Amino acid sequence: MASSTIVESLRKQIASCEAQLKDLRRQLAEAEHYQQQQREQDSLHQTTAAYSDPFTHDMSYGIHDDFRSEVFAALSHVEVGSPSRKWPLDKTEYKRYGRQLIMPEIGLQGQLCLKEASVLIVGVGGLGCPAAAYLVGSGVGTVGLIDGDIVEESNLHRQVLHSTASVGMSKVDSARVALNSLNPNVRLVAHPSRLTSESAISILQDYDVVLDCTDTPASRYLISDACVLLGKPLVSASALRTDGQLMVLNYPPRPVGDPSGGPCYRCVFPKPPPAESVVSCGDGGILGPVVGVMGVLQALEAIKLLTRQTNEVFRHVEPKPADPPTLLIFSAYSNPMFRSIRLRNRRQKCAACSAQSSVTPEALKSGSLDYVQFCGTISPINALASNERISAENYAKIRLEVNPYTGMEPDKDSHILVDVREKVQFGLCSLEGSLNVPFSTITTTLPNLANTWHNDEIPQAQGWVTELKNHPEKPIFVICRLGNDSQLSVKKMKELGLDHSGQRWIGDIKGGLKAWRNNVDREFPEY
Amino acid sequence: MATDDTIPITVEFSGGLELLFANQRKLTLSIPTYNENRTRSNIAFLVQHLCDNLMKDPRKDMFVLDGTVRPGILVLINEADWELEGEEKYEIQKGDNILFVSTLHGG
Repeated sequence: MASSTIVESLRKQIASCEAQLKDLRRQLAEAEHYQQQQREQDSLHQTTAAYSDPFTHDMSYGIHDDFRSEVFAALSHVEVGSPSRKWPLDKTEYKRYGRQLIMPEIGLQGQLCLKEASVLIVGVGGLGCPAAAYLVGSGVGTVGLIDGDIVEESNLHRQVLHSTASVGMSKVDSARVALNSLNPNVRLVAHPSRLTSESAISILQDYDVVLDCTDTPASRYLISDACVLLGKPLVSASALRTDGQLMVLNYPPRPVGDPSGGPCYRCVFPKPPPAESVVSCGDGGILGPVVGVMGVLQALEAIKLLTRQTNEVFRHVEPKPADPPTLLIFSAYSNPMFRSIRLRNRRQKCAACSAQSSVTPEALKSGSLDYVQFCGTISPINALASNERISAENYAKIRLEVNPYTGMEPDKDSHILVDVREKVQFGLCSLEGSLNVPFSTITTTLPNLANTWHNDEIPQAQGWVTELKNHPEKPIFVICRLGNDSQLSVKKMKELGLDHSGQRWIGDIKGGLKAWRNNVDREFPEY
Repeated sequence: MATDDTIPITVEFSGGLELLFANQRKLTLSIPTYNENRTRSNIAFLVQHLCDNLMKDPRKDMFVLDGTVRPGILVLINEADWELEGEEKYEIQKGDNILFVSTLHGG
């Protein structure tokens, strides 16, 4: 199995080298012919008699320059006695890529550039899946895939390469299956583990362009640093809820210390955001097409980068300086949906790409740069004392069983259950009889207002305080999705005086609705 | 000719910052032309003004940290990075569009 893969891979590499060689011969013939034409034209200008021959005239000036040289190159390429004509691309490739081949932006040269190129996709999730699909579809020669995660059911609405059947499989393997059936001509390289600072340089160095399709600040700084050190352009995107962002970084990929290179991630964001301000798709939500749009744009930028040379060299277009660095912002529910923001150039004191850089290949390889620590982590919230907390199982007894000490029948009215998830989540599923007071409402309730209000002055959003004060004798149980917001809510309720100076019990249900589902009611929905 | 007392501007929030401002993505507001020190109102003044008067969320450090916009927020003045315009010291002009973008990390 493994050896047949190697044989196959070697065959493909040989075929690719042969194609390259063939193409170089063609280019040489074209260049030589062009040179000769120039000489002839120069001499024609000097000898007016030559114009008397209409055929010469037509051949020199009647055909578009590009086309003329292509024709001559093709003609001169035919070797005497060669039995069959060889083309730079395989017959099936002409067909497969025909719709993009006929575009001046790509053409034959562009397609050959793509075929010779290698792109690394870090993260095969919501961004990486569509990006990989379009790059593999376009015929990029080698596509590398890095991801250490396995496919989960909650990935499927947006991670379009993974299927229901591949739940539980590694994302890299699942993507390989899908990509291979999309285009078997592309060499896929699997890296089924998380990118680490120790491995970053050795993995990234084999590729021409890197796509950052990851989902944490730590990986974004790591990938950017490695790209700067290796001189690779980086196409970075991210998405959350209804918004997306896209940047092409380190482009042009000039050496460290050269201020004319494109800015890196650290130039734009020298300091990482506070860990508590970072929201994941699992917590904040994500709309599939939003992250899909961003991944597709990454593939587009990669194709533009890889075929850029084509336009300059082969279409005889003046080389243009690289576009100034921009941040593209996508906002699905705004009008207009796209806006482009002009970014700064390289930062003079950037820790990664400036002359004063402190990020070195050695530091990266040795693992002495701790990206996770640099970006900070959120320690699990532990805000309450143990007598302010109750397990889901014990709370279930209060709801469902006769109290073993008092012999009291279970009664939902004996207490108040406050669910502090946001309204949308509460609407998905909730425990019977629970009262929804969203966490965002609780945190924005001002303590002084709650204590000193007059009934006609209470803002509507703060009516919950009154409602809870109306039943001063009932203990309050607070629940949320995972058991973090519930703790902070208990603290806040006590600050607002809802515990009547300790006379009323207020506490949270440990582990939230997740614990309720795992330990009490398996039928309660998980989302 | 007397100078106007206030400058009309547009302030926009993106990348989740709108959640700190009662879910408003776009605010049209007027700020004083000169602040207490009789100097022209600049971005630093605007940031403080937003934080004190318009931010609904009590978690001020999600917007301002150590006296300036927290790391991970880009400030864009008329569609360009504020670092191209003089950062906090940029004096706000009539009709300016100031966009605050929080970086996203999901993918």
